[in-house]
Amino acid sequence: MNRRDSIKTIVISSLASGLILEGCIPREKEVIYENVWKYKYGRTPEELQRDLELLNQVFFSKKELQSIRVLANLIVPPTEEGTIDQAEVPEFIEFIVKDSPSFQEVLREGLVWLEEQSNKNFNNAFVACSEEQQKSILDTVAYPKGEKSKEEVFFSTIRNLVITGYFSSEVGINDLGYKGNQPNIWDGVPDEVLKEHGLSYDKDWMDKFVDQSKRNEDAVWDDDGNLLS
Amino acid sequence: MEIIENNKKYDVVIVGSGAGGGMATKILTDKGLNVALMEAGPFFDPANADQQLHLKWPYESPRRGKGSTRAFGDFHASYGDWALDGEPYEMKNDTKFNWWRSRMLGGRTNHWGRISLRFGPNDFKRKSIDGLGDDWPIGYDDLKPYYDKVDKLIGVTGTKENIYNEPDGFFLPPAKPRLHELYYKKAAEKAGVKVIPSRLSILTKRINQERGVCYYCGNCGRSCGVYADFSASSCLVFPAQKKAQGRLDLYVNSMVREVAVDKNGKPNGIVYINKEDNKEYSINAKVVVLAASACESARILLNSKSVYHENGLGNSSNMVGKYLHDSTGADRMAFIPDLMNRKTYNEDGLGNMHLYSPWWLDNKKLDFPRGYHIEIAGGLGAPMYGFGFDFNSLNKYLGLDVGGYGPRVREEVKKYYGSTIYFAGRGESVPQKENYCEIDPDTKDKYGIPVLRFNYKWSDFERKQAKHMNETFEKVVHNMGGHMLWDNKAPDYGLKTPGEIIHEVGTTRMGSDPKTSVVNEYEQLHDAKNVFVVDGGPFVSQADKNPTWTIMALSWRTSDYIVNELQKQNI
Repeated sequence: MNRRDSIKTIVISSLASGLILEGCIPREKEVIYENVWKYKYGRTPEELQRDLELLNQVFFSKKELQSIRVLANLIVPPTEEGTIDQAEVPEFIEFIVKDSPSFQEVLREGLVWLEEQSNKNFNNAFVACSEEQQKSILDTVAYPKGEKSKEEVFFSTIRNLVITGYFSSEVGINDLGYKGNQPNIWDGVPDEVLKEHGLSYDKDWMDKFVDQSKRNEDAVWDDDGNLLS
Repeated sequence: MEIIENNKKYDVVIVGSGAGGGMATKILTDKGLNVALMEAGPFFDPANADQQLHLKWPYESPRRGKGSTRAFGDFHASYGDWALDGEPYEMKNDTKFNWWRSRMLGGRTNHWGRISLRFGPNDFKRKSIDGLGDDWPIGYDDLKPYYDKVDKLIGVTGTKENIYNEPDGFFLPPAKPRLHELYYKKAAEKAGVKVIPSRLSILTKRINQERGVCYYCGNCGRSCGVYADFSASSCLVFPAQKKAQGRLDLYVNSMVREVAVDKNGKPNGIVYINKEDNKEYSINAKVVVLAASACESARILLNSKSVYHENGLGNSSNMVGKYLHDSTGADRMAFIPDLMNRKTYNEDGLGNMHLYSPWWLDNKKLDFPRGYHIEIAGGLGAPMYGFGFDFNSLNKYLGLDVGGYGPRVREEVKKYYGSTIYFAGRGESVPQKENYCEIDPDTKDKYGIPVLRFNYKWSDFERKQAKHMNETFEKVVHNMGGHMLWDNKAPDYGLKTPGEIIHEVGTTRMGSDPKTSVVNEYEQLHDAKNVFVVDGGPFVSQADKNPTWTIMALSWRTSDYIVNELQKQNI
């Protein structure tokens, strides 16, 4: 059984054991499974079931999601390093408001406010306004001083979600320059970085640290706890 | 309700598969005994691809790792956190207490920080030093041989430092410090704070062929898929299973309700609820070893009421649940301008800090009685949910404008990436009889088992210590030319809610007087010779260290004692 099949088994067995799905969600089962299989970390069956239900509910309308997409592209404009769509930011925001419902009211009301502003000032829907017009609306809420107004809370919230959504995506992680999450051998801060910061490893300390050339030799000590290998 | 009996008779039934229960399982099965190991949660193996959590990317979770289903995030290796569905706990007298429960094979050892510190000679004799609390009935010399054995069996990094109350052991070589840790060392030493390489149960070097060697992904909190960190499942229970050849039966999803007694009032096993069918079963054994966690073991004893033990088992002293205490904690975070605009490289390293500060002062010269150690965090970590929130708020420390959007987002996020350091003081509290857990008279969990109710308050001892932690952090940050991101104000100085450091111990404390303690120096109930407690419950005082290494040394010592007593037919 390959990995994907074994995850499938978990999904199906969790459904079979009475953790319901059918009936409450009017979509093809295959689509539902595809949605949940896309994410694969060590979830418990209960967590899997929760994800499954959230992934197949809909919160934002298509129109709202389009506004979010436009907003997100203004907050983190596309470059060669990555785009909002590559980072699946709108999908992430759609998920997170179902996962953490306290976001729902502030985002929905904020989107209504955006439409009111664009209608009032430019007689147009927000997504149909020019970039300059869109920015002129955002500029009224993007630099809060002191206690935030409701609209400033909305913009801070969506900005946080867009930025975190972008930088926690595959393209965003590369863009940031994070180099970890893979097997490697740590042998200290690179020399040029140490130099740049005017630091060095003390000579007294150096022989205390792990000799990576001997990491695979079994540890052996004398009776006083001195490492011999 | 009908209890379904199991005809098999075991030498020992062990309740809980974490540090204490895992160690007892390993030692008792190695010595040839027949053992039943009870675990309230499911089977867990961090090497199983379907359960694996390490080396996952944030985008492999639809919430990018956010802590909405698991308090410490999606990839954190704990099934359960401060709250469990259908298993509440209560509080009285304005108490705030947070109780972490991890229902899975290996328990909380799957997610813990791997900080592995021996208690020192002073840590067993606090009353003799400051007149508060009580001395342990044993001293460092009693436990030293077992600490040595734990070091060799499990593996722990460290260096010989010859500090009296921070005893050296059999260490694996530590990993070189990260950049922010070098900054910390320089600034802390200038403030008179001692800094030494971390003592972590992570294999920087091979110790046997069954376990892998660390490959520096920094994911220990997710439980290691090559068994290079210590988790009780991978390092104790699996090796025990392999060697025991059928003498070890593992019961998962089995929630123990009480210790059972025979018609003479002598304990003869346990009663548990099988979560799969919700029916009650019994396990028959000559010896019962409780290792369900300090509070859960107290709960089992208090719920083990019979005509012989009207007050609960082992509770003739009324001490079960009393003297509950957790480590203290206060945290601060600082922005270090010298760490802006960093060149990025893989700085994951070990799954915790590479340097730390053991307690370095003399409490006789201070206005609080017990010490603390300092843990730090920082560096070029993986961006998870929450990364980039208030993306340029640090601008205010440089006199630049805050807010906005557009191309500056990328620039400013990168400018500040890796420029903050987190400081955590973790200290010793003074155990108080008035801090306790007891059975709530009204509430039951979904299995019908009466739940715990907590009563807990910090005293000025802990508040003054937290104040001192803050003052230390401020001095260190000043020496780094940094800015504190928040203040911890009086009267609590940021002192964490009891339970939050997840070092709660003391509920079945040991002592030589059966009137003031629950177990003797071998963790054996004064009231029942064939019942033992090998989790944090028997701690007389939780030092300014982490409890796990001491739990395991004690559990090993107790297991040796059980084998001897069984041979002598004393139990």
